[in-house]
Amino acid sequence: MKPVAFVEGIVAPLERADVDTDQIIPKQFLKRIERTGYGDFLFHDWRRRPDGTLDPQFVLNRAEYAGARILLAGRNFGCGSSREHAAWALADHGFGAVVAPSLADIFRENCFQTGIVPVELPEREVESLVGRARQRPGYRVLVDVAAGTIAGDDGFLARFELDPFRRRRLLEGLDDVGLTLQHDREIAAFEARRRAELEGP
Amino acid sequence: MSGRTLLDKLWDAHVVRVGDGEPDLLYIDLHLIHEVTSAQAFEGLRLAGRQVRRPDLTVATVDHSIPTADRALPIADDLARRQVEALRSNARAFGIELHDIESSGQGIVHVIGPELGYTQPGMTIVCGDSHTSTHGAFGSLAFGIGTSQVEHVFATQCLPLEKPRSMNVRVVGDLPFGVTAKDLILGIIGQIGVEGGRGHVIEYSGESVRGLSMEGRMTVCNMSIEAGARAGMIAPDETTFDYVRGRPHAPEGEAFERRVRAWSELPSDAGATFDRTVDVDASALEPFVTWGTNPGMVAPITGAVPELPGEDRPQERDAAQRAMEYMGLEPGTAIEDLEVDRVFLGSCTNARLEDLRAAAEVVAGRRVHPRVRAMVVPGSARVKRDAEDEGLDRIFRDAGFDWREAGCSMCIAMNPDVLGEEERCASTSNRNFEGRQGKGGRTHLVSPAMAAAAAVAGHFVDVRHWGTG
Repeated sequence: MKPVAFVEGIVAPLERADVDTDQIIPKQFLKRIERTGYGDFLFHDWRRRPDGTLDPQFVLNRAEYAGARILLAGRNFGCGSSREHAAWALADHGFGAVVAPSLADIFRENCFQTGIVPVELPEREVESLVGRARQRPGYRVLVDVAAGTIAGDDGFLARFELDPFRRRRLLEGLDDVGLTLQHDREIAAFEARRRAELEGP
Repeated sequence: MSGRTLLDKLWDAHVVRVGDGEPDLLYIDLHLIHEVTSAQAFEGLRLAGRQVRRPDLTVATVDHSIPTADRALPIADDLARRQVEALRSNARAFGIELHDIESSGQGIVHVIGPELGYTQPGMTIVCGDSHTSTHGAFGSLAFGIGTSQVEHVFATQCLPLEKPRSMNVRVVGDLPFGVTAKDLILGIIGQIGVEGGRGHVIEYSGESVRGLSMEGRMTVCNMSIEAGARAGMIAPDETTFDYVRGRPHAPEGEAFERRVRAWSELPSDAGATFDRTVDVDASALEPFVTWGTNPGMVAPITGAVPELPGEDRPQERDAAQRAMEYMGLEPGTAIEDLEVDRVFLGSCTNARLEDLRAAAEVVAGRRVHPRVRAMVVPGSARVKRDAEDEGLDRIFRDAGFDWREAGCSMCIAMNPDVLGEEERCASTSNRNFEGRQGKGGRTHLVSPAMAAAAAVAGHFVDVRHWGTG
């Protein structure tokens, strides 16, 4: 995975709570066996009208949010299905961070795995950011992974929690599987213990 | 020392390595895979030159994108066919047992795990599928993971994990007549909300939970994810052991009895403390119908589509308004007045033999309403065979239901079983999200008996009083 230290860019506000992964990437796009190329299908059914053309009202289709790198969302974003395709689609579309009052458990994990910075902020801070993003189209922030801060050029500053292990993984772009494989002897010892237990005295 | 919860015991028994400033490394006893979330994980293994560490603890089936119509025909959808073929070649290359489309063990991954005896108490079980929580019904720690974690388990049989918090959902009082496990879990989600369990593993406890069959317990645990929980679980007991005994992959004889003694130690200790406890009054529950676009938007069958929340709660008001608009509903409409176009009896929530029996009992001797298209999709090839042996297929067919082959079908609608725009469906599945069963489709989640009654009546009815008067 590529290291992620900063995410800087335009903020796009999606003011809905409980957005499920079926909305982020509808199931008709889960039949592909590739890991890339999902960006065009991000929020497909909300982004497109029944005839397939882009709905100009939808936030990601509006000129002022073009190229946005930070998605602002309502609470419980990413609930429902475990499909990592949701995180892949966000990353593929260009998002490097998702900011919400809360993120669903599996989705949050999938963000880490995909190199998207999951930022949970208190509701009022998210609302403050939403207000700024709407009042000042093209509003930009900087997400600083090492410092655990999100800052705007207008003085907005908020801190977010990341546990130290997760932070290091993002910053160093560590290969999770590689880290676990370093503990191969302990895994083998555990397996031997389990086998003895299951086979009984 | 204070007592330990079921979660504590399962966790402690699987920690390979206590993380020092890192997550614990947890051993995984059973890894279930299917065609939709595994291909990229196998590809990742190949790119890194890695192997599957324990193919013997890995079990594959095809369920999500396969057709449920005639199995003799090739899969018409090119992408779906490629996906199934990828799983076949990966299973072969890495030595993983596959219950393929024509095999007698094929079915929805969360139906065949328990049915074939792979799922046992005391295990850690993962699958690239959020409804893995189903297996918690056996007193195991079972949860859904993303594809990167699928790859991680392939390579290491472990996952680095932070221990979730514990939540005790105590179901007090008796479930009234005609109120099923599905109604219980819909009632719980309605009470605690779709985010109510976030960050937690829910243990369901109380006499009413103890009184549920394994099928009912699986229905409850299955929808834990719909309450936002990491997993759901129920302590193992005689009901559990009786279910597991004699299954093809369960231990036999003395080995089984030895496991039962170990499993009997798993239930939470009397003095165990939970991070959160919620009481649910079973006696106040009714058959439920979801009216909105998430599973927390529920109403009792005797109720109505709710009024909009006040202006002082703009977010909730907005969400309810959007949901009603999508569902084509007005506040105050009686649930019984909602007419349905389609009925879907299936999914990992409610497509086991007991579910089909409950529905067949309602349908027997009646006809599906002329406007309604109804289908039954058994959860597995074995459920289908067993149902046919009992003559349930005849009851459904005679009533005008389609009788299909096993798969996920219209729960996720990745195969040709899809709702049309604005079609209203009574569904025994688990998600009423926008577009879940087809773009523009309108899903109402209900129990099997309620779905069957709606198929016949053409609208929702209170199955407790229906057909007797």
